[in-house]
Amino acid sequence: MAVIPATWDMYDLIQGVLQAPWYHMVFEVALVLLIMKIYYSQSFSPEKTVLTEKEKETLIEEWVPEPLAPDVPDDHPILTAMEKYCIEGQNGKYVKVNGKSCINLATFNFLSMVGKKEIEDVALKALKVYGVGSCGPRGFYGTMDVHIQLEEDLAKFMDCEEAILYSYGFATIASAIPAYSKRGDIVYVDENVGFAVQKGLTASRSHIRWFRHNDMEHLESLLIEQSKLDKKNPKKAKVTRRFIVAEGLYLNSGDICPLPKLVELKWKYKVRIFLEETMSFGVLGATGKGVTEHFEISPDHIDLISCSLETAFGSTGGFCCGKKFIIDHQRLSGLGYCFSASQPPMLASAAIQALKMLQEKPYLLVDLRENSEKFHVKLKNISEVDVIGDPISPIKHLVLAEPAGDPGLDMRTLEMVVDMAMNESVALTVSRYLEPEEHLPKGPSIRLSVNCELTQDEIDRSVEVIQRSFQTVLEKLTTRSSDVSPLESVQQEKKSEVASR
Amino acid sequence: MAAGRGNTTQEYLKNGLMDPACEIKPKNGHINGKNKNGLNGKNGAHEQQSEWQDDFHESFEETPLLVAILTYLGYALLVVIGQIRDLMRAYGIEKDKSCTEPKLEGFVPLFLSWESFYTRNLYRRVRDCWNRPVASCAGVRLDVMERTSPDFGWNFQLTGKKLDVMNFGSYNYLGFAESSGPCASAVHDVVQKYGVGVCASRQEMGYMDIHKELDDLVAEYLGVEAAMTVPMGFATNSLNMPALVSKGSLILSDELNHASLILGSRLTGAVIRTFKHNDMADLEKKLREAVCEGQPRTHRPWKKILIVVEGVYSMEGSIVRLPEVVRLKKKYKAYIYLDEAHSVGAMGPHGRGVVDYFGLDPSSIDILMGTFTKSFGSAGGYIGGSKRLINHLKVHAHSFIYSSAMSPPVAQQVISSMRIIMGKDGTQEGMRRIRQLAWNTRYFRKRLHDRGYIIYGNKDSPVVPLLLYMPSKVAMFSRETLRRGMATVVVGFPATPLIETRARFCLSASHTKEMLDKALKIIDDVGDMLRLRYSSLPPPDFSEKGIQLIE
Repeated sequence: MAVIPATWDMYDLIQGVLQAPWYHMVFEVALVLLIMKIYYSQSFSPEKTVLTEKEKETLIEEWVPEPLAPDVPDDHPILTAMEKYCIEGQNGKYVKVNGKSCINLATFNFLSMVGKKEIEDVALKALKVYGVGSCGPRGFYGTMDVHIQLEEDLAKFMDCEEAILYSYGFATIASAIPAYSKRGDIVYVDENVGFAVQKGLTASRSHIRWFRHNDMEHLESLLIEQSKLDKKNPKKAKVTRRFIVAEGLYLNSGDICPLPKLVELKWKYKVRIFLEETMSFGVLGATGKGVTEHFEISPDHIDLISCSLETAFGSTGGFCCGKKFIIDHQRLSGLGYCFSASQPPMLASAAIQALKMLQEKPYLLVDLRENSEKFHVKLKNISEVDVIGDPISPIKHLVLAEPAGDPGLDMRTLEMVVDMAMNESVALTVSRYLEPEEHLPKGPSIRLSVNCELTQDEIDRSVEVIQRSFQTVLEKLTTRSSDVSPLESVQQEKKSEVASR
Repeated sequence: MAAGRGNTTQEYLKNGLMDPACEIKPKNGHINGKNKNGLNGKNGAHEQQSEWQDDFHESFEETPLLVAILTYLGYALLVVIGQIRDLMRAYGIEKDKSCTEPKLEGFVPLFLSWESFYTRNLYRRVRDCWNRPVASCAGVRLDVMERTSPDFGWNFQLTGKKLDVMNFGSYNYLGFAESSGPCASAVHDVVQKYGVGVCASRQEMGYMDIHKELDDLVAEYLGVEAAMTVPMGFATNSLNMPALVSKGSLILSDELNHASLILGSRLTGAVIRTFKHNDMADLEKKLREAVCEGQPRTHRPWKKILIVVEGVYSMEGSIVRLPEVVRLKKKYKAYIYLDEAHSVGAMGPHGRGVVDYFGLDPSSIDILMGTFTKSFGSAGGYIGGSKRLINHLKVHAHSFIYSSAMSPPVAQQVISSMRIIMGKDGTQEGMRRIRQLAWNTRYFRKRLHDRGYIIYGNKDSPVVPLLLYMPSKVAMFSRETLRRGMATVVVGFPATPLIETRARFCLSASHTKEMLDKALKIIDDVGDMLRLRYSSLPPPDFSEKGIQLIE
């Protein structure tokens, strides 16, 4: 058998034929003949209930489908909140809402790239050359030189062989996962991953094994369990790919994944790691490369890193990076890459400039970290709330220290706090989830995003406003609750607020 | 049934681009034996054909038998050679230039061997026909950066030379991919006012006044109660469909629907069944069966049935038989999801898509979806419909909760171009472009038919596929047309059936008659070289004469 090299695709097939005993061949031929006989013989079909045309017409007549969409009134709280906080002009460090300029603690503008003159100039220059849209997918004349440049710059920045650009942040990880993980493969996923990852998993149709958030022991126990199963069925194990999917910095909880342990488990149990770095890219690490740099782990240990350009970079789109043989696969298999128009060239140019600025001004990252820590310390002092998240994380979740137990009610309390703070010129947002679609129920929280350019004075002022808002709202609720139920009092409160506006 | 018909005959200035004086052409027999298009809408119960069908001309000529055999042989040869070369690579006789997956001890290989075989041995030979880098706006002309490959497609190097060629590849239907002019200058101002980033989802402080303006304008443009917009066309389908149907519902999807619709349907959790491309008899059969049989096994009635169709199919150039779909929808109480990615702007007397083309009432379509990437020269997509639907989507769609809102300059490009199409800028410019595109489409299609090429699709569809069949001709056609100054798109397996590889021309309102003539000349040159005149049917009987151009 030495004449046929083992790396050739046909090796197994040829070897199988050569090694089969003669009676096996006879059996196979007999089997094929039998199948053909069955295929061509009259099929047996049990009697089916056949409806007459008239009965069919009646059935069609009688069927009443559900309405296409449930009735959502115009004054649904989310719709009113959206309309109420419609931003006039730029969505930068300050936003103008209802004619009032507010400090923006709601959007992921961590490095304050939105509204930077340098970026705008570059974008305008690109506009003069390329127009706005690219009018085609990457394959069909939608690959502009700026896309190639951005991919090269990002790969170089991330110390990876190659990067692939997507035109939308959500589509990046949601397309990347199903490009590799197929039906029958196994994916180990942190329970707290974001929605885009969850959708990517659904699209992949792989087996999903959830492990408790950042609980490496749980993950390891799942891996051990699987390796026991593998021993029982080594043939299946040989073709079942395994992946771990985790986020660098978790959007839903503001904490960082234990990457060193993940990498250790990867090599121990031969599982590939996909990292979702939407929140950590341009945030963590000395130069902003994300969680790998934060833990000083070489990106070579990670099979795929997926980042968004819509957070710290203030543009639109996302990218994946890693080894060339892995990334190139997406150029033919990434759905959101192949079948979507490419990113508008002017937004690619804006991202190129944002990357340049990040490299030229590493102090932005230092400022961001300091601001995050300052916020963390100060928010901890507010007795009405618990702060969830890592001190250095620019994302912080504020939850009620004494929740009422009813998520709906807590949510309304938090919405009132947001309203209150907005009145005092601090823009906040509650975190919105599509509860029935999420893997785990998410508790109500106010999600704070820190901007690197906030001054000490602005931080002090906003924390003060947050504290005052919480105190006032909770005070009102407790005093009212003696004669009215809390729920009603909140509703009344909201109504009167709307009326006063 | 008759009641359902009533709606389709109202306001019959259908294809209103036609001069009323132009008599309606007799139905010609260019609908071929292949029956790709069903029974031409006949459904027995009606003696007389309704008006829209008289003017509905679509052609799908059958593949000549000899060509089919030769094409299969061509692929077989490629596979055999590929296997031999793989063997040689395994022996080390031929150096492996591809970047293959290194063997990691204990890890399961990441890729299937067949998939990489196809990429390595077939796709690699013709790789230069796709992903050509461009150094300019994808307008009516474009600068393609010349590439050479020292190792037959494994790697590419830029020569630094730029080829200034005519663009027949981009979806620039109305010619709004422009780097100067009123749209660009409006976008310029918006960048200065808003910047380029949003950094938040709509429900989490990412909703800006420019988004509101865009939503309202889109609703007005489409003639519906309300609309919502998403920054990526692909995501408009994949992130919003799950909010519309769920488990217990049925999706009836055209077999040639776009990948984003397939993905979106899959994410809903509903049962998905496909019907033959544009075959209304098949659709009716499946609808009838679905309503009568109910859900599989339990036989409970379906919660909802959603028919998912596209306006213009981008690989076939066919147009959905919308009046018939609407009739079936009414009869069987289903809902319609119409994806107008390639038709909005490009079809209809007012550029409002296939609904406008057939003269239907927009409210008869439940969900009107479309993209801004093509006709509007921007990016993103929309969904339009009843106020109730849009309210529901604004609250429950993934795209409003978990993904960023649209970048302001991108939104402004749509606003500006849409206003021009609607004539809100006070000029005839929008109408001029719509008419020009319609004229170009008929002119170009007619000439190609006359020359004996096999052309797929509807006479009014600006997407014009020309059948090449053989894999070697794909590469040759693409390279030769580019060398002669014309950028074209070629598509093959797996985007099309194995033997039906084709070249595709996307027409634009910016193409002048001189450019079209020049393009035809190039196609003739290359076509003669490659012997592409496969058609054995007489050329169809339509012309561009009825369309009045605006100067």
